[in-house]
Amino acid sequence: MAQSASEYVGNVKDTVKSFWHGMSITLSYMLRRPITVQYPDRTDLPVRDTLPPRYRGFLEVDVSICTGCQACERACPISCIQMELEKDPRNPKQRLVTQFDIDEAKCMFCGLCVEPCPTGSIQHTREFEGSQRSIRNLVFRWADPLAPFPVYKVAKDA
Amino acid sequence: MPVNYAPLPKRTPRWLVGLTWAIAVGLPVSLLVVLLVLLPITKPAMIDGFILHQLGHDPAVWPWRDLLAAAALVLIGAVVFGWGAVFGGVSTWLERKIAGRMQSRIGPNRAGAGGYLVWMADALKMLLKEDLVPAEADDLLFRAAPYFGLVGFLLTFVTLPFGEGIIVADLGVGAFFVTAITALVVVGILVAGWSSNSKWALFGGFRSAAQVISYEIPAGISLMVPVLMAGTLSMQGIIRAQGGAPWNWFVFRNPAAFVAFFIFFTSQLAEANRTPFDLPEAESELVAGYHSEYSGFRFGLFFLVEYGSLWVMSALAITLFFGGWQIPGFHADQWVAVRGTSPFPPPAWWGMQAASMAVFAAKTYTLVLVVLWIRWTLPRIRIDQMMNLCWKYLVPGAFACFLFTLLWQLLVSAVPRVELASGIALSLVALVLVALFLKQTRDNIYSVAGDRIDLSNW
Repeated sequence: MAQSASEYVGNVKDTVKSFWHGMSITLSYMLRRPITVQYPDRTDLPVRDTLPPRYRGFLEVDVSICTGCQACERACPISCIQMELEKDPRNPKQRLVTQFDIDEAKCMFCGLCVEPCPTGSIQHTREFEGSQRSIRNLVFRWADPLAPFPVYKVAKDA
Repeated sequence: MPVNYAPLPKRTPRWLVGLTWAIAVGLPVSLLVVLLVLLPITKPAMIDGFILHQLGHDPAVWPWRDLLAAAALVLIGAVVFGWGAVFGGVSTWLERKIAGRMQSRIGPNRAGAGGYLVWMADALKMLLKEDLVPAEADDLLFRAAPYFGLVGFLLTFVTLPFGEGIIVADLGVGAFFVTAITALVVVGILVAGWSSNSKWALFGGFRSAAQVISYEIPAGISLMVPVLMAGTLSMQGIIRAQGGAPWNWFVFRNPAAFVAFFIFFTSQLAEANRTPFDLPEAESELVAGYHSEYSGFRFGLFFLVEYGSLWVMSALAITLFFGGWQIPGFHADQWVAVRGTSPFPPPAWWGMQAASMAVFAAKTYTLVLVVLWIRWTLPRIRIDQMMNLCWKYLVPGAFACFLFTLLWQLLVSAVPRVELASGIALSLVALVLVALFLKQTRDNIYSVAGDRIDLSNW
């Protein structure tokens, strides 16, 4: 392919110019502060505290206001919530929650369990760090079968 | 909620920072000190002196003389190999760190302070991995290929100087020897590509052959420019023909040498398979090119050669164009004076040797940083562009520089002042260019609102 002398010289000039500009740009980035964050240990705040308030992290249950209605269990599309209730042998009118397991390994964080909860007992937190040595450690057990918690009853006159 | 792990410490522990600094400074410095002590002592003259004066024998009749010299050479070989390996390893860390910052990332930051120990972890990993030979590969050639590269890389240290008297052998054909022996690396690459029985590796090998054979020509011709100016091919002779001050360097003493340096440097980049000429291993096209099929130790050898070549190419360019180990204001007759006439050199001589090593290492490292910097600036060029650049720009340019230098040397022999005038003028030009470049870089940073020079967050 024929090439004129001015094209030839122009190519050389272009090369020199692009070296000049390109290398000054990369050097300028070299001298700036990296914008990435050294997760997880060199952050000013724990990363969960920097997340937006409506972030859907792990579910948490406030057992003091859980009515034991099992609406969350029914709402869950992939059955990651497992509930078991029984009558208190000492007080037949009181029901106890003996099992309230949420499998966070299965949970897809859709939030469908949060919506039907009458008291707002089940909620998303901003906790998201789920690396565990065994996947079974991600089953969060909110009720202790040996010490079941009584369901919350809304006062009649409220 | 179950928590299995203790929270990580907010800072790198003190002992780890201390260990990192100890390794980062201690390892290269101790290797250089060993080289400083060993290389003059293992010279035959010094060994003969030792046998004559300390052991009380006549070297000519002493039966163990040759064995002693051979043992010294083996020791030197091990130390130089160690230096190459440590330099190559540290360069991989430095490269990742620089790449990170140039891309607004941090880079390695876990193993040791600033992630420095990551290169040791990598080396350890490569040593422990399985040495795999693919089915249908040519077993013998596949296993042998990395050693061709390693030999080509290590043999360059025979004539590469480290300081005034710190050189294994100052061959009369030093510069020629280095260019000849680095071509052996290509044999390794070709053999690796051929024997892997993989299309990626084969393409990588072919590209490497095409590339290195083409770029040997501009490299060889532009190498002739300092050789013509020095009148010798010996590496130490070329350095002795230059001076410590910038205006005494070959690169500034002759306008053609200034151009020839860039031609030589570009060709060396291509010969060392560095970006923008990393076609033989183009990872976006050829997986990993000629070493696609390699794993473990043999892959480690290829990597060692690749990163060790950084030192070789930079040291060669420093030797030929930038005054090598010359200490500013310290002349040849002062070297002779400080050496004295005693069989064992006095401490002042050792001190000056160490200083010359420091000058050489500092200059070489600066050039190594430029090579890394270029890698993270320029994209890979196409194979036809690569050939175009070589045959249409570098080869004619190198020939023009060669011819100009012939005429320039005639002019210099008639009017010796012209060399000094060119040296001062071109070093001033270089100084102005560097200042303009730094200003441009500063403007790049401060033209973005809120950005400033900040070297924190390592």
